Amino acid sequence: MTRFEHKDLLGMGQLTADEITYILDTAESFKEISTREIKKVPTLRGKTVINFFYEPSTRTKTSFEMAAKRLSADTTGLSAAGSSIVKGETLIDTARNLQAMNPDIIVLRHSSSGAPALLAREVKAGVINAGDGINEHPTQALLDLMTIREKMGRIRGLRVVIVGDIAHSRVARSNIIGLTKMGAEVTVSGPPTMMPPGIEAMGVQVVHDPREAVRDKDVVMVLRIQLERQKAVLFPTLREYSTYFGLDRGMIDRAAPGVLVMHPGPMNRGVEIASDVADGPASVILEQVTNGVAVRMAVLYLLIGGSKRDGMD
Amino acid sequence: MTVWIKDGEVVDPRRGVRHDDLIVEKGRVAGILPRGAFRRSGEGVRVIDASGKLVLPGLVDMHVHLREPGEEYKETVSSGCRAAVAGGVTAVACMPNTVPPNDCRAVTEFILKQAAGAGTARVYPIACITAGQQGKTLTEFGDLAAAGAVGVSDDGLPVADSEVMRRALEYGRFHGLTVISHCEDRSLSEGGVMHEGVVSTRIGLPGIPAACEEIMVCRDISLARLTGCPVHVAHVSTAGAVALIRRAKEEGVPVTCETAPHYFTLDHEAVAGYDTRTKVNPPLRTPEDVAAIRQGLADGTIDAIATDHAPHSPLEKELEFDRAAFGMIGLDTFLPLVLQLVRDGVLDLPEAVRKCTLNPSVLLGIEGGGLEEGSRADLTLVDPEMEYRLREEDLVSKSKNSPFIGMTLKGRAVLTMVGGRIVWERDGTHPDSR
Repeated sequence: MTRFEHKDLLGMGQLTADEITYILDTAESFKEISTREIKKVPTLRGKTVINFFYEPSTRTKTSFEMAAKRLSADTTGLSAAGSSIVKGETLIDTARNLQAMNPDIIVLRHSSSGAPALLAREVKAGVINAGDGINEHPTQALLDLMTIREKMGRIRGLRVVIVGDIAHSRVARSNIIGLTKMGAEVTVSGPPTMMPPGIEAMGVQVVHDPREAVRDKDVVMVLRIQLERQKAVLFPTLREYSTYFGLDRGMIDRAAPGVLVMHPGPMNRGVEIASDVADGPASVILEQVTNGVAVRMAVLYLLIGGSKRDGMD
Repeated sequence: MTVWIKDGEVVDPRRGVRHDDLIVEKGRVAGILPRGAFRRSGEGVRVIDASGKLVLPGLVDMHVHLREPGEEYKETVSSGCRAAVAGGVTAVACMPNTVPPNDCRAVTEFILKQAAGAGTARVYPIACITAGQQGKTLTEFGDLAAAGAVGVSDDGLPVADSEVMRRALEYGRFHGLTVISHCEDRSLSEGGVMHEGVVSTRIGLPGIPAACEEIMVCRDISLARLTGCPVHVAHVSTAGAVALIRRAKEEGVPVTCETAPHYFTLDHEAVAGYDTRTKVNPPLRTPEDVAAIRQGLADGTIDAIATDHAPHSPLEKELEFDRAAFGMIGLDTFLPLVLQLVRDGVLDLPEAVRKCTLNPSVLLGIEGGGLEEGSRADLTLVDPEMEYRLREEDLVSKSKNSPFIGMTLKGRAVLTMVGGRIVWERDGTHPDSR
C-alpha cells in the first residue's frame, strides 16, 4: 500500500501518481458516508480543523467544513474580513497565533500565490491549500480527477481540454499537473491574452480556438471568467468572450461521444458556458461538488495521519 | 605613518597583476615596488603581510540604497558604509529613493554629513531627476551638483515622460551629472512579481516580461542618439537589453550600462520556492539571460558591475510573495560573486576589477579606481581562497535579505583602507574609524 506521509497538501506538484490514486481511492471509500441517514463517522473525533479563508469562497469553504464535520472533527472558520488581518496583522503572525491554539489542520484560501507554503513553514499543523492566488487549487483538481475516473473508469489516455483564462487560473494549473501525472492528454484553449508563456513546458498542447480544441475530446473543463480579478484589457467585452470562447451546444457536438462537461463553479451562465450545456446531459458539474466533500474528507484523513492512526487511538 | 603592504598580488585595471609591495603614505599610494626594493622598517612603518592575498583598488559600487533619511530601520549611511568596507567596497553611490527623496540640496548635504560622521566608505549621492521622483519637473541639477551629487536618477520610479527624460539628459550633461536610468515600462510590469516565463507559469506568480526593460532601454538609446548626451542604464538583466546596448555602442551612441551580481549568478528557478529574498526588480531572468549578461560583461558591452544593494527588514520581506518588497542586499557578497566570474573564465582578474573600480569611477566622474603611484589609498586586501558558507550572522548590513545565505562563497576582504586609513579588518574591528 502506498503510504501518505505529507504534513501539508500545498499543490498537485508535490504528489506522485500513486499518491493521487491513493487519495482518490480513499475518497471513494468515504463517499458513501455522505449518503447515509446519519452522515457522520468518529474518525477524526477530537481533531481540530481551522478553515482560514482570506478570500471569499462559498463552495470550497462549505465543502471543507462539511468534510471535517462528517469525520467528527471540530471546525472553526476564519475569514479575512472578520480577523485581525484587517487590523494589519501579517500572515505569519496570524499563523503563529493559530498554531498557539494547537489545531491539527489549517485550510487556507489566500489571494497570494505561495501563501500556503509560507504558512506551512510557520506552523506545526498540516496545511491544506484551498486555492492560492493564481497558483494551485489541489483539492479542486483531485475532485475533478475523481469525477473523471468515476464516470470514465480511467484517466490514463483520456483527451481533456481546459478552456478559459489559463494564465490566471489555479484550477487550470492544478488540473494540468494532476491530469498529466495521471496520463491524460491535456489541451488548453482560450484567447492568447489568457495563455501564459511557456505553458507547453507543463506538458500540454495549446489550441487557442475552442471550436478546434474541443474536437474529439473526452472531457471539456470550462473555467470561470473571473470578473473580479480581470485586468480590463484581456478581452473587450463579455459579449465577445462568450461569442468566441463560450462553450455552447455546437461545440459539445464536436467533442467525443459521451464527453463530460465540467466547471469548477461558480458559473457565469451565458458567458463561459451556455445554460443548456451546464444543465445538459454531458454536465457533471454537480457531481463534482458531491465528490468535493469526499476528496476533502480523504485529504483531511490522510494528513491527520490515516496510516499512523490505525491501532493508535 | 607609512604602511608597507608586503608581498601581495597588486591588481590594477591598467597595469594588470604584479607581485609587488605597495607603500602608503599621507593617504596615497607612495610607491609600488618590486619585492625586496623597499627596506625601511622600524618606527613609523606599519607592515601588513599580504602574502597570498590580492591587493585590489577599493571597489566602487555605483548603485546602492542606504535608506537614510527615512528608513533607518533598514539601513543607515553608517551601517551601509560599514557593510561596504567589510565587503571591500570603498566608495558607494547612493540612490535617491529615501524618505524624503534626495531631490534637494538639504537631503544631499544631510547624506554627506552622515557619511562624514561614519568615516568609513566614501559616499557619492545620486539625486532625483524630478522633484519627488514624480516624473514631472526637473530638480535643481546645478544646486545638487554643487552640494555634492554626482548623478541623477529617479531609480525605481523611472521617468515615463520621454520629453522630461530628454531634457534631463541635456541638462544633466551641462552640470556634469551622470544620468542613470532604471529601465522599466511600468504599464507593462504592473502587478508582476517575477520574470514572466516558464517558472512564473509553473508556480503561478504574475510575470514581468523582459520586454518591459527592453522598451525603456530602446527609448533611452533613442534619446541619447537624439541629444548626443550620455545615458547610463542601471542593472541590465535581459539578453535583449544587452543586444540593444551592444548595437547602440557600435553605432556610437553614448550609452553605458551596469549589471548586478545576482543577474549573472542566479536565474528565475531560484524563485520557485517563493522565497521573498529572491524577489528583486528587475527580476531574476532565464538561464539564457544570465549567459547573455556574462557575454555582455566579457565583450565589454556591460561597463560596470554594481550591487543594487537594497536592504529590507522582515517587515517588508516576511510576507506573501506578492506583498513583499523588491530588492536584495549586495554589498556583503559583491566581491566573492565577482571573483566567481574570474574563476568561471568570463573575465580576467584585471578586467573584472576594472568593472568594479575604474569604470564606475569614470562613469560617475569621481577620483579613484586604480592602484598606481599617486592614487588615493582606497584599497582592499582579499583572500581569494577563503571559502565559507554564508550565514545570516556574517552579513554586516543592517538588513539580512540576501538570497545567497546558505551558499558557499569564495573570496573575502580581510582588510580595507580608505584614504590610507584602515577602516576594516576581518576580525571585525575598525582600528582607525572614529
